[in-house]
Amino acid sequence: MNLLEVRHLKKYYATQKAVDDISFTIAPGAVFGLLGPNGAGKTTLLRMITGIFYPDEGEIIFEGKPFKPEEDILRIGYMPEERGLYKKMKIGEQAMYLAQLKGLKKADASAKIKDWFTRFGMESWWGKKVEDLSKGMQQKLQFVITVLHEPSLIILDEPFSGLDPVNSNLIKEEIYKLAKKGCTIIFSTHRMEQVEEICDQIILVNKGRKVLDGPVDEVKRQHKENLFHIGLNQIPAGIDSRGFEVVRTEEKGLVIKMMEGASTNELLQYFISRDAYITEFHEILPSLNEIFIKQVEGTAMSRQFQKVQ
Amino acid sequence: MNKIWLVIKREYFTRVRNKTFILSTFLTPLLFAGVIGIIIFITIRNTDKEKIAVIDNSGTFKVKSDSVKSIKFELNPKVDTSNFSKEGYSAILFSPQTGINKTTNWQLYSKKNFGVIAIDAVNDKISREIENDLMMARFQSGSSAVDSIKSVANNIKVEPNIIGQGSKVEKGNSAVAYGVGYGAGFLIYITLFIYGAMVMRGVMEEKTNRIAEVIISSVKPFQLMMGKIIGIGAVGLTQFLMWIILVTVFSSILTAFIPPELLSQVEEANKTMPGGAMGMQGSDAMIGLANATHTLSSVNWWLIVGCFIFYFIGGYLFYAALFAAVGSAVNEDPQDAQSLMFPITMPIILAIVIMINAITHPESSLATWSSIIPFFSPIVMMARIPFGVPGTVPYWQLGLSMALLIAGFLFTTWLSAKIYRTGILLYGKKATWKEMWKWAFRK
Repeated sequence: MNLLEVRHLKKYYATQKAVDDISFTIAPGAVFGLLGPNGAGKTTLLRMITGIFYPDEGEIIFEGKPFKPEEDILRIGYMPEERGLYKKMKIGEQAMYLAQLKGLKKADASAKIKDWFTRFGMESWWGKKVEDLSKGMQQKLQFVITVLHEPSLIILDEPFSGLDPVNSNLIKEEIYKLAKKGCTIIFSTHRMEQVEEICDQIILVNKGRKVLDGPVDEVKRQHKENLFHIGLNQIPAGIDSRGFEVVRTEEKGLVIKMMEGASTNELLQYFISRDAYITEFHEILPSLNEIFIKQVEGTAMSRQFQKVQ
Repeated sequence: MNKIWLVIKREYFTRVRNKTFILSTFLTPLLFAGVIGIIIFITIRNTDKEKIAVIDNSGTFKVKSDSVKSIKFELNPKVDTSNFSKEGYSAILFSPQTGINKTTNWQLYSKKNFGVIAIDAVNDKISREIENDLMMARFQSGSSAVDSIKSVANNIKVEPNIIGQGSKVEKGNSAVAYGVGYGAGFLIYITLFIYGAMVMRGVMEEKTNRIAEVIISSVKPFQLMMGKIIGIGAVGLTQFLMWIILVTVFSSILTAFIPPELLSQVEEANKTMPGGAMGMQGSDAMIGLANATHTLSSVNWWLIVGCFIFYFIGGYLFYAALFAAVGSAVNEDPQDAQSLMFPITMPIILAIVIMINAITHPESSLATWSSIIPFFSPIVMMARIPFGVPGTVPYWQLGLSMALLIAGFLFTTWLSAKIYRTGILLYGKKATWKEMWKWAFRK
C-alpha cells in the first residue's frame, strides 16, 4: 500500500495554472524528492497535501483512504520554506504549544521535546526567546518542531538552507533515522546535489506539470548519453574508430561517446591495442542537475501570467 | 474545539504576562483618577464666573446682589428665560410661586448643564435666605428653634432645567447619566481601537513571521482567527475587571483625602438620599460611603454594566473580525495597514461623533437609528442607555439593536474568515479592497 497517492491534482489561480494535472505515488519509508525551478508549483502542491489548500480537481489518498485534512494533518509534519516562529515567545513554551496543536498530550509533548532537545544539544534553550537564536539555530528548532509528533509523513521544504555542514549532517542523520523507522519524507528543493545524496525517488515539476518521475538511478539511466570517461597515461594519436567518438580530450584521459550497438569491451580493446595504459574507466551518468537544467531549458525563464478559464 | 482553546490560551497568556499589559492595567486607573481630580479642581475653580439672575416672587431673597461660593446672585425681575444669557447671566432661578412651601420647587434654567458644585451653591444660597427669613420670624415672635431651621435647610430642592437649542425646555440630564453615558461610549470607542488594532497586529505578526503556515498546517485558518479574536477579547475583559477593581480601591483611598468641605457640599447636593441626616453627623468616610451609594442607586447599574459588557463584546467581535481581515491582507509595511484600515476606522470615528451629539439629544432620530445600526450601536447605544430604559430607550430599540449587533458580528466574522483564509498565506504585495472583495465572495 502506498503511503500517499496523488491523482490528477489541479489547482488553478486567477492568472496561473499552479498545479496542472499532477499524479504520483510514494511508498512508505521512501525519501521522496520534489524538484522544480522557482514558481513551478511545488509549494501549492505541498499545501494541498498538508490540507492548507483544497484542490480544484483530483484526489489525494493518504494511508489508503481519501485525505481528510482535519484528522490526517495530525499525521503530517510540515516545515515550510518560509520558516516561522513567534519571535517573542519562549522556545520551550512555543514547542509545547505547537506540539499540542498537533494533538499531543501535555506530558507527552514535554517528554518528547526534552528528548529531542537533549539529542540536539539544545537543553539550555528552553527559557530563551526565538529572537535570541541565530538563523541556523532557528532552523534546528523548526526541524525538531516538525518531527516532534512522530508523523508518518514529513514534508521538508528546503530543510538545509542556512545550515552549516555540521548541523546539515546532524539533520541528515536524523532524516535517515526517521526513514529507517518507517517515516516517509518529502523533500522539496532545487538543490540537486542534496537530492542525489538523500532521495530514493524524485519527481520533477515545471510550470505546474510533472516532467519526470521515478527512482533516482532510473531517471539517471534514462537520461544517460552513453558517455564514458577513460583515464590514460598517454593519449594515443589519431584515434579513429567506428564504435565511438571523442567528445572531449582531457589532460589524463578522454570523454568518449559510444555509438549505438558498440560495446565497452570493444572500446577498451581498442585502447589496449594502441598500447595505452588505462588508469580508469567509468560511465558518466548525468547529474540530476544536468537533467534538471535540460528538462527545464528551452521553456521560458520564468512563468508568465496567463488567463485561466 | 480543543485547538481553538489552545490558541485562545496562547493569545491570552502571552499578552497578559506582557509588561506593557501589566503597566497599562495599573497606570490607567491612576491616570483616570488624576484626570477626574483635575476636572473636579477645574469645576471648583470655574464656578467664580457664574452669575445667576433671581426672579423671586415669594420675597425670600432680601439682598439685591450677593455672592455665595463665588456664584453671584442678582435679583433682576427684568430678565426671563428668553434673554437671560444676553444679559450676561449663566442661569435664571425662579422661586416657588407660593410663599407657603419655600423649600421645594425652585426652578433653575440654564443653557448648559450645571455642575454639582454650582447647584450646591444655589442650594446653599436659598437655604441661607430661608434661614434668615425664619430667623427673623422667630426673633420677632420670641421663640428660638434652630433645629427646625436646620431641618428646613436640609430639605431645599432645586430642579435644574436645560433650555435646548430651540426654545423647548428639556428636563435637565442628571449629571450621572451624562457622565456614565459619555464614559461608557468613550470607553467602548477606545477599546474597539486598542483591541481591534491588537488583533490586527497579531495577525500581521503571524503572517510576517511566516508562522501562520506552520500553524495552518495543524489548525484551520478559522480556528486560528477565532482563537486570536476570543483570546484578545478575554485580555480586554480582564483589563476591564482589573480597572474596575483598581478604580474602586483608588477611589475609596481618594475619598479619605478629599477635604471634608467638598464632601459635605456633594452631600448636600444629594438631599433626597435616604439617611442623609445620619450622614451629616457621621464621619467623612461614612458620608463618602453614603454619598457613593446614593449616586450608585440613582442609576440602574446592573443594566448599564450588563449592557456595557454586551456592547463591548458585540462591538469588539464585530470590528475585531474586520481588523483580522485587514491584518491578513497586508505585509511588513505598516503604511499598508494604515490605508487598508481606513474604511474600518471611519465608522468608529463617525460613531463617536454621533455619540457626542446623542448624549445631549438621546431621543433624536439620529441617535435612535445609529444606536440600532451595528456599525455605530456599541458606542451610541451605550451613551443612551444611562438616560433610562425603557424611558429614553424603549425595549424594542434595545432588543433590535442587540439582535442586529449579533447578526452583524456573525456576518463580519464569516466575511473576514474568507478573506483571512486567503490573505494569511499570500506573501508579496498587499491586497487591494477589490481583491479582498473577490476572496470574500468567491465560492
